[in-house]
Amino acid sequence: MSAKVPPLFESGAHVKVRFAHAAGHVRTPAYVRGHRGVVERLCGSYANPEELAYARSGLPAKPLYRVRFRQEELWPDYRGDSSDTVDVEIFEHWLEPDGGTG
Amino acid sequence: MTDDHDEADGHSHPHAPIVEEGALSYYQAMEVAVRELLIDKGILTADQVRRQVENMDSRTPARGARVVATAWLNPDFRAQLLSDGNAAVEQLGLEHGPYKLIVVENTSQVHNVIVCTLCSCYPRWLLGLPPDWYKSKSYRSRMVREPRAVLREFGLELPESTTVRVHDSTADMRYLVLPARPAETEGWGEEQLAALVTRDTMVGVAVPAKR
Repeated sequence: MSAKVPPLFESGAHVKVRFAHAAGHVRTPAYVRGHRGVVERLCGSYANPEELAYARSGLPAKPLYRVRFRQEELWPDYRGDSSDTVDVEIFEHWLEPDGGTG
Repeated sequence: MTDDHDEADGHSHPHAPIVEEGALSYYQAMEVAVRELLIDKGILTADQVRRQVENMDSRTPARGARVVATAWLNPDFRAQLLSDGNAAVEQLGLEHGPYKLIVVENTSQVHNVIVCTLCSCYPRWLLGLPPDWYKSKSYRSRMVREPRAVLREFGLELPESTTVRVHDSTADMRYLVLPARPAETEGWGEEQLAALVTRDTMVGVAVPAKR
C-alpha cells in the first residue's frame, strides 16, 4: 500500500478553508476559500492532484473530505432556503480547524 | 447555413454543407502528436485507442437507469448503493471506473444536483459522455451560485421549503442522484421503472415523472 497521512478531522468537524492563492493545478475552488463549513464525510486518502499534475507521485496520499457549506455563508445575497448547501471535495492541507460557530 | 440540394439518388433534405475541417487547435495538435508517439513507440496500438473511444461512446444513461430502478425495487440494494456506490454497481456487473461513486438520494425534503465547477467531472461509467450544457461555463458557475434559478430554466420549480443540495465534483468522487420514485408506480417491473429514469434526473436537473 502507498504511504498516507492519518486524517485530522472527523465527520461533523467545523473547518475553515485556507484563504490562499496557490498557482498550478489546484482542486479547491476559489468560491469556498476563506469560508466555514462542516465535514460531511472523509472520502479516503488520495494522491495530491497538485503534485500529480506535474508528473510527481503525489504521495503520501492526503485525506480528502466532503465539506458542506451553507449557501448563505458563501453568497451573502443568496436567494433560496437557508437550509440550502453546497458540498465540495477538499484536501486536508486546504483546511484548518474552525473554533467559531461555523 | 444550409445546402438545399436535390440529387438523382433522391437525397433531398437541407443540411449544413460538408466542408474541409479548419486548422487543428493547440490541444488537438497535441493530442495527435501524443497519440502518434505512443503508437510509434509501441506503447499502444491504433486499434487499442479506437476500441477505448468506442467503449467510451457505448456507455449510455441506460446503465444508471438500471441502477436507480434496482434501488427503487430492492431496499437492501438501495442501502448499499447509498453507503458504498462502487460495491453496489459491481453487484449489477457494471463498471465504475477508477473513481469513488457517491450516490445522493432525493427525498420529499431534499433535492440534489451535480456540477463540476472546475472542469466537467461526470459519472461517465454510468451515464456516458456529459451533455454540452454540463460542460458550459454558465452551468458550472451558476449552479453553485443560484441553483434554484438554473433549475427553473430546466423547467424544475422546487417548493421553497425543499433543501437544495449542490454537489461540486472537484476531486476523486463521482456523483449520481438517486431520484425519488414517482407515485403510482407500485407493482412496476425494473424495465418499466428504468424507462422513467433519464440522464437529467440522475444529474438532478429534472425529476422522473410517470408518462
